[in-house]
Amino acid sequence: MLEIKDLHASVAGEDILKGLSLTVKAGEVHAIMGPNGSGKSTLTNVLSGRDGYEITGGQALLEGRDVSELDPEERAHAGLFLAFQYPVEIPGVSNLEFLKASLEATRKAQGKEPWDAVTLLKKAREACKQVDLDPQFLKRGVNEGFSGGEKKRNEIMQMLLLEPKLALLDETDSGLDIDALQVVARGVNSLRSPERAIVLVTHYQRLLDYIVPDHVHVLAGGRIVKSGGKELALELEQKGYGWITGQPEGATA
Amino acid sequence: MTSQAELDKLIRSDYEAGFVSAVESDTLPPGLSEDVIRFISGKKGEPEWLLEWRLAAYHKWQQMPLPTWAHLKHPPVDFDEVSYYSAPKSMEDRPKSLDEVDPELLRTYEKLGIPLHEQEMLAGVAVDAVFDSVSVGTTFKAKLLEAGVIFCSISEAVHDYPDLIKQYLGSVVPQGDNFYAALNSAVFSDGSFVYIPKGVRCPMELSTYFRINEAKTGQFERTLIVADEGSYVSYLEGCTAPMRDENQLHAAVVELVALPGAQIKYSTVQNWYPGDENGKGGIYNFVTKRGVAHENSKISWTQVETGSAITWKYPSVILRGDNSVGEFYSVALTRHMQQADTGTKMIHLGKNTKSTIISKGISAGRSNNSYRGLVRISPRADNARNFTQCDSLLLGDTCGAHTFPYIESRNRSAMIEHEATTSKVSDDQLFLCRNRGIDPEKAVSMIVNGFCKEVFKELPMEFAVEAGKLLEVSLEGAVG
Repeated sequence: MLEIKDLHASVAGEDILKGLSLTVKAGEVHAIMGPNGSGKSTLTNVLSGRDGYEITGGQALLEGRDVSELDPEERAHAGLFLAFQYPVEIPGVSNLEFLKASLEATRKAQGKEPWDAVTLLKKAREACKQVDLDPQFLKRGVNEGFSGGEKKRNEIMQMLLLEPKLALLDETDSGLDIDALQVVARGVNSLRSPERAIVLVTHYQRLLDYIVPDHVHVLAGGRIVKSGGKELALELEQKGYGWITGQPEGATA
Repeated sequence: MTSQAELDKLIRSDYEAGFVSAVESDTLPPGLSEDVIRFISGKKGEPEWLLEWRLAAYHKWQQMPLPTWAHLKHPPVDFDEVSYYSAPKSMEDRPKSLDEVDPELLRTYEKLGIPLHEQEMLAGVAVDAVFDSVSVGTTFKAKLLEAGVIFCSISEAVHDYPDLIKQYLGSVVPQGDNFYAALNSAVFSDGSFVYIPKGVRCPMELSTYFRINEAKTGQFERTLIVADEGSYVSYLEGCTAPMRDENQLHAAVVELVALPGAQIKYSTVQNWYPGDENGKGGIYNFVTKRGVAHENSKISWTQVETGSAITWKYPSVILRGDNSVGEFYSVALTRHMQQADTGTKMIHLGKNTKSTIISKGISAGRSNNSYRGLVRISPRADNARNFTQCDSLLLGDTCGAHTFPYIESRNRSAMIEHEATTSKVSDDQLFLCRNRGIDPEKAVSMIVNGFCKEVFKELPMEFAVEAGKLLEVSLEGAVG
């Protein structure tokens, strides 16, 4: 699904990723953990093609295709989805309008049948229900005036409709209370399937109580410095990152 | 590709309505004199008083200096280079129905997506189509007349309803009001006249499509709408023009009279040729639009301005009567080298008068977009209220947005609110859209449409769709 080989990337001329390698197979859930500033968000942004994030070496293959050859929307059409850490507001553009544009473009590119208005509305309402979001949110501007938790649930709602092959979740747990966390986890878990892969980027182990990963990786200094099973997350919870990165927690931030 | 590079690519797309139709025209040689005015008036068979009225305007105009206060830069207009009259040749035997209309003309409308026949059937809109200077097709007249509504060209109205014309022509915008209004008063070619009788709700939306078609021909439209006591009318004005290299002068005057308890809703979609990316060509648009609102009446201006090289336009309301309401909703989009200086004037004279101004300016390319608005509360306008919201959206970093609000309050009980914001289509918004599979062009169009939503919802339904489409077409060339 995703194969990252010796990836180097820079932001504003500063090298952030320094030889990162990672293989994610279909059906797997990977958690990427690490101290602040280790390059976690850079990784998700590079993979999804955000402006200003430049690949300077190595490569990332999405189902065998080099992502650097694809525009961000083409990566989306290829099945990549990024749930943002800070979803941005688009005033005046209703959620439903946004979903319509998104699904029309994506389904068309994927050669799927377009949904008519009735189907779209029905599916969107169902997706809202799955993440405990009042369907009234469909009429509101995209993330406009939403609380932090509502924005995160709105991201997951969109993800459920787009059914991505590879979902990247960038600190989706940050700022969520325990109830909201469970709701979000339920949504993500419902998407788990043998054809899909999920990469969770998180600072805390907490999320992993609800979305149990197959693999856990520690990212530090722009590289994966340790990989293991779900028990690695628990170990990190107890010991912090210092024992792996060789530095006291916080010093790498 | 960086967003700046995309921006550049998208900014350079061509004007979709750019074509010239091959209708033969009967055009006066350039230049303005008393003889030209006599020719125009004679050609229309106008009564003596109207000729005198035109000549008086001409003499005032000759004394007036060119206004220079607007935030606009353009080479001076040579008024001797302008031709002041042009009519399709078939004018002598004016068509009685659309079947008699020059098929080339009908094709022109069809290219613009304005098939008259279809509109007649589907939209129930009566169309007084102005092609260059003469009205060639007026539909639904009979049905309107049944309701007592008069909707005809102003030339016809001069003959058929001289008393109404005499009473109201120039009553809102006097001959010597300003340089361009004086010029229009001297040489106005044609335009629309609407009269809604007492207590009548006009049974359909009235619509005129404008189209400048003759090179170097000034267009001097004159529109007069009188809504008698307790009546209601919604009027739509929309325009596009073919691609031309020379600058084309346009100086229209629109006068609205809302008698006690009447409501006039005037909506405009303007898409004249804006000039190319280097500022070559494009329409110069100097318009005077004003309404007088008597007691308990309401005048709403809604405009979507995407065209013209130069826009100089301030649809205004004089809130003369107590409890009268004035509204101005505007979207102005500029790109390439376009310059717009547009806004409104709300003059509060009566007690308990209320005005609302919502202005949305979108600038792209190397364009300049200015909002200029005056809110004036007179000493006897007790409890007057105004709310103004002025938002600017910038696309790229080579364009400009400016706001010139003027507030003059001479009454302590007045409540005046003014809000202004300037924002950019952010990279974050664009990236969110693209990550969800939406291409940047569609994304920007969606974001800008969202920005304009408050104004679009004021437009009549079918016009709102057209406005959205127009914005999308303009943005194809305008943004990234």
